[in-house]
Parts: sequence; structure tokens; C-alpha cells
Amino acid sequence: MSRLLKIDSLQTYFFSAAGVVKAVDSISFDVNQGETMAIVGESGCGKSVSALSILRLVADPPGRIIGGSIRFQDRDLLKLSDEEIREVRGKDIAMVFQEPMTSLNPVLTIGRQLTETMEQHLDMTRGQAVARAIELLGMVGISDPERRLRQYPHHFSGGMRQRVMIAMALCCEPKLIIADEPTTALDVTVQAQILELMKDLTQRLGVALIIITHNLGIVARYADRVNVMYAGRIIESGTAHDIYHHPHHPYTLALLRSVPRMDQPRRARLDPVQGQPPDLSRLGVGCSFHPRCGFAIARCTTQSPPLERIDGGDHLAACFEADNVARSMTRSS
Amino acid sequence: MTPMEPTGAVRRSAEAAAQVATAMPDVALEHRRQSERRVALAPELVTIRNLKMHFPVTEGALFSKEVARVKAVDGINFTIRKGETLGLVGESGCGKTTTGRCILRLEHPTEGEILFDGKNLVDLDQKSMRALRQKIQVIFQDPYSSLNPRMKIGEIISEPMKVHGTEPNKAARDARVTELLSLCGLDPKFADRYPHEMSGGQRQRVGIARALSVRPEFIICDEAISALDVSIQAQIINLLEDLREQFGLTYLFIAHDLSVVRHLCHRVAVMYLGKIVELADCDELYSNPLHPYTQALLAAVPVPDPDLERARAHRIVKGEVPSPMNPPRGCVFHPRCPLAVDSCAKDVPEFRELQPGHWVACSVI
Repeated sequence: MSRLLKIDSLQTYFFSAAGVVKAVDSISFDVNQGETMAIVGESGCGKSVSALSILRLVADPPGRIIGGSIRFQDRDLLKLSDEEIREVRGKDIAMVFQEPMTSLNPVLTIGRQLTETMEQHLDMTRGQAVARAIELLGMVGISDPERRLRQYPHHFSGGMRQRVMIAMALCCEPKLIIADEPTTALDVTVQAQILELMKDLTQRLGVALIIITHNLGIVARYADRVNVMYAGRIIESGTAHDIYHHPHHPYTLALLRSVPRMDQPRRARLDPVQGQPPDLSRLGVGCSFHPRCGFAIARCTTQSPPLERIDGGDHLAACFEADNVARSMTRSS
Repeated sequence: MTPMEPTGAVRRSAEAAAQVATAMPDVALEHRRQSERRVALAPELVTIRNLKMHFPVTEGALFSKEVARVKAVDGINFTIRKGETLGLVGESGCGKTTTGRCILRLEHPTEGEILFDGKNLVDLDQKSMRALRQKIQVIFQDPYSSLNPRMKIGEIISEPMKVHGTEPNKAARDARVTELLSLCGLDPKFADRYPHEMSGGQRQRVGIARALSVRPEFIICDEAISALDVSIQAQIINLLEDLREQFGLTYLFIAHDLSVVRHLCHRVAVMYLGKIVELADCDELYSNPLHPYTQALLAAVPVPDPDLERARAHRIVKGEVPSPMNPPRGCVFHPRCPLAVDSCAKDVPEFRELQPGHWVACSVI
């Protein structure tokens, strides 16, 4: 598989009166053609900002990408002019947002919104674009597409709107789709439908997918590789199997242990992650997880652990005590 | 109310719970088993009979006339025993929140009875209802919109005590605020802060402290942990469990997260489009779901284990929840149901006890 996207030491900071918020603090990862990569983390960990940074959609001010590179195919997206990046958005890289109601324009018909991108990017005539829009709506499972094209977003339910968003994302045959919490606003049965649809379409069309979520179950079901983020950094990265069965970072381990699971016998107590998530404008020195960490040693308070390879493979973790964490997982299971 | 003699079904379900519990190896569960056995024999605290809440849809500003009805809750029955946690699950729009609001009498039900400790809440006048509200409290979903941003945390927690006159003396109220804050895992100095200075998890603890301030017997938790981050959810779940234990509280736990409900609840009711389609003991419902909707719901929840997920067959239910303004005839689930036969479109299925303590509204199974 060839590499499609390579992000290197990306830094996106927000400059506010209260101080500098390091929302994304030097993250690196890559995405191969046709693979599904997940970014997991809790609110405020920087997962959405990293996604927005790829398409340079971070509002400036207050945000600014202050360092790093984002290589997509042969180009560095950070070096493109505004005109050139606009060509990439929607055409090579498409995005699906969390809230389908706020990301669709309420005063334009679904058809207008679908055809606009194609007329813009693919130089299609109105007629060609409409024909393709009908085909796309059918593909995402919307019945009676000719009639639906003339309707407005408020005629659609949440799940149907998200299907429209996916159709819009697919319309220019992108190579990469970034889905930011695509199903968080949906009910569980509809969530399953939308995720299956995305998986099926990306596999069939060979599109790579970056899926951003806080739901560990979704990641387990759909992702090939996983990046776990905490306080603006990637703290662990690896295949889904490695992350779930051999976690080497205490935060990953704690996250997995804190959720009640339907596949295991009921437990008397849950093991929560203690303490509160950190304030990104007031991060101290050392590992940002150490105040909540059960494995912390003296060194963690003064030095920030680098993201390092485990056993020379593709599994990476940023923890001085990674071996200890892994051993405790084996002991408990 | 005199404690009722346990009926055959109740005793059997207590035995069933005990059996399931013995199969679990974890010794830490012994305590929970005991409490579950105790709860299965406890008297009923809340009884809902044929509850209906229909909202009129009107047209015209001056002479408005009713053009349709949204049947948010359409004839449901359940009971909650003292000390029990009943889970009420379902997708958005199924009527679970409206059910909670009816019990709180924030809505006046169209039909039916809500018995709390033997008294029918539907008939009560404002004054007696206000007195009873002290015993029935609520924890809301969104810890951002359910706390007044202009009030200090101390004022928020002491207001119910003022309203109900449980602690008429200011010093006593302040002492109680300190006690409640530390009970809910917050530093007592938070009493002088404002909600915006706190994180979501901390605010939810304030919401819990406020609900506890008037020493209620029954708490409705309406999606109380849904808005919180994964790592904080577990903290709040543990807190709710500790409080239940310590004060003998009874919960109605309204949620859409099925794995959390399984962890916390004794019995679970599954709602779909204003009706309860299945009701059973927690372990029974999850290990032996009978209604096709319950099966679909359980199958849709992804489990955090990639190997298991990849091996698992994904049977995904078609379609979406229809509008409660115009629900399907017969069984409300039949247009999406994989087992539906012709008669499902005509006959409303009876809610029947298929196995002791296991109720299902489906005529096919």
C-alpha cells in the first residue's frame, strides 16, 4: 500500500488573551491508500483540530498552524496558496462533520448543495451534475432520489442528512475522507447503518478514511490503525489489535478499563480514570497525563516522554513505563 | 403502604438473579448479589399504569384547532421497587424522557396512573405535589444548561432546601452544602464558585448534590452521564452507585447507552415509539433478548474489542424510527422488523409475561 498522507510534527496553537493553547502539539502520523485510520480521544484533546488543520480550516485568528508539514501525495498542503488548497478541499480530500444539520445550508435544496461542488471541481454541466447526484443519493441508500433532490435539509431526518453529507463527500471521488464524529449525534441503530455504509463505500471505492471519535467500540469495529490522543499529542499509535489487546500507555489502558463492556461479565465496580482532563493553556512540564497516572515515576514530572517504537514494530507509545503498563495488562487478563 | 407478600413470579425472578450471579466468578460481586436479592423482594415504590402522554399539534393562532396528536407515550406499565434501579432505554423520540417528565409532573399525562408510595400523582393538586417533589428529584443530561450561570454553587445546592423548607436556618444549610459537596467528591470550597469555573464532570456532581439536598427517596436520572467524557462517566457511575447504597435510593435511569445500563440497573425496560416492547431482569434481557427491536439494539452496539468485532456478524436493522405523530398500525416496530408477518400490521401485540419476570410485546415469538 502506498502512502497517501504524511503528517510530520504538526503544531496548531490558539492564541487567546488567556494564553497560548497548544491544541495540537507536534503530532506525526501517516495514512495509506484505502485504509481506515482512527483518531480517538476525549473532548479537548485536539483530535478535531488536527483534522481541520489538514484542510487548513482552522480559524485564524485565533488559531494558527505554526509548524510541521502535511504531505498529501506529492504536495505540502501547508505551502499551497489559498486558491490551490480550495482545489484540494472537497475534491481530493472531503470532510464529513458531526452535526449534519449545521453543516448543510438550510435555504438551499439538497440537489443544489450536491451539484455545486461537482460543477465547481469537475466542470460538469448542470444536467450531468444532477444525474450524478441522483446516482450518489441512491448509492448512500436514499430512496426516490429525484424527488429528494428538490427537498431542503429540514425535510430529512438526522440519519438521512448524514447520508447526504456522505454523498457530498463522495461526489468528486476523493482519495481521502475525514469524518469528524460522524455518528455521535445519531441513534445507535442509525449509527450502525451509517458506519456500515461508510465502510462499504470506502472499501469499494478504495478511499482512505480518517475517522475521529471518542467511541472505543466504533474504533474497534472499523479502524485498521488507531492513534490515541491526549492533551494535544499522540500518546499511542498502532494497529487496532495492538491498541486494544496490548496497550502500552497508561491512558489507553485506563480508557479501556473505565468503560462497562457488554462482552464481559458484569463487574461490581468500574475503574475510572481519576482526576480531571488537563487545561491545555496551563500544561506544566513533564508528561501531561502524570497527575492522573497510576504508573508515574519521578521522571514523568520533569520530562515529556517521546513517542517511541515498541519492539521495533509499528506500535508506538509515549511512556517511560510502557513495559510496566504492558505487563500489568497481561497480569490482569 | 404495607410490604406486599412476594408473588411467585417475583420470587422466581429473585432466584434467577441469584443463579446468574453465582455463575459469575468475581468475588467482589457478592455484595451486589445480596443487594439484588433484597431489591427483588422489596415493596413497590413507583407504579405506572397505562400511562399516556399525547401532545396536541395545533394550527391557527387565535382559534387554534387540534390537527394531530404526537403520541409520545402511549399506554405503558411498569413498577419500580424500593431500592431498585430500573433502566429505561430507547432511541431518541421513543418517549423515555417524557415518561420521566410525567412522573415529575412537569407534564400532565393524558391518561393513566402514576402511583408513588400508594398516592396517585396525577390527581394531586399543586400544593400536595410540591410537598411530594421533595421525595422525587431529577438529574438532567446537560450539566451546562441545568445550572444557573449566575448563581454560586452553594446557592444552587441550597435552593431546594429553601424551597422545601427542609433546612430553614442558613447556617444549617451551609453546613449541609459542605457535607453534600464532599459526599459528591468535590472540594467544599467550590461552594463560592460559579458553574463556568468547573468542568462538565464537576458540574454533574453539583447536579447530583442538588438532587440529594432534600433527602429524596427516588431520583430520575435523565441521560445523566451521556454528555460526559468516557473517563469521567465511570467516576459518575460509581458515585451514583455509592449514593444508592448509602441512602437506599431508588433510580429511574433513562439512557441510550446500553452497556452503562447493563452495569447499573437491576431491571431494564426497552421503549420504542411510545411503548414498552420488552421488560426483564438486567442479566436476562442482555443474555436472552426476545423482542426483535431489543436484539437489533444490542447488535448495533459496537464492543471495544477489534478481534471480537471482526468475528461478529452485524445484523443491522433497516430504516429509521417513524414519526410518533403517525405511528404504524398494529405493532409499531413492524415496518423495520425482520420477523414481521402480515398480522403484525393489523394487531397490536399484547404485552405478555413470556417467562417469569420477562415481559415482551411481540406476537410472533
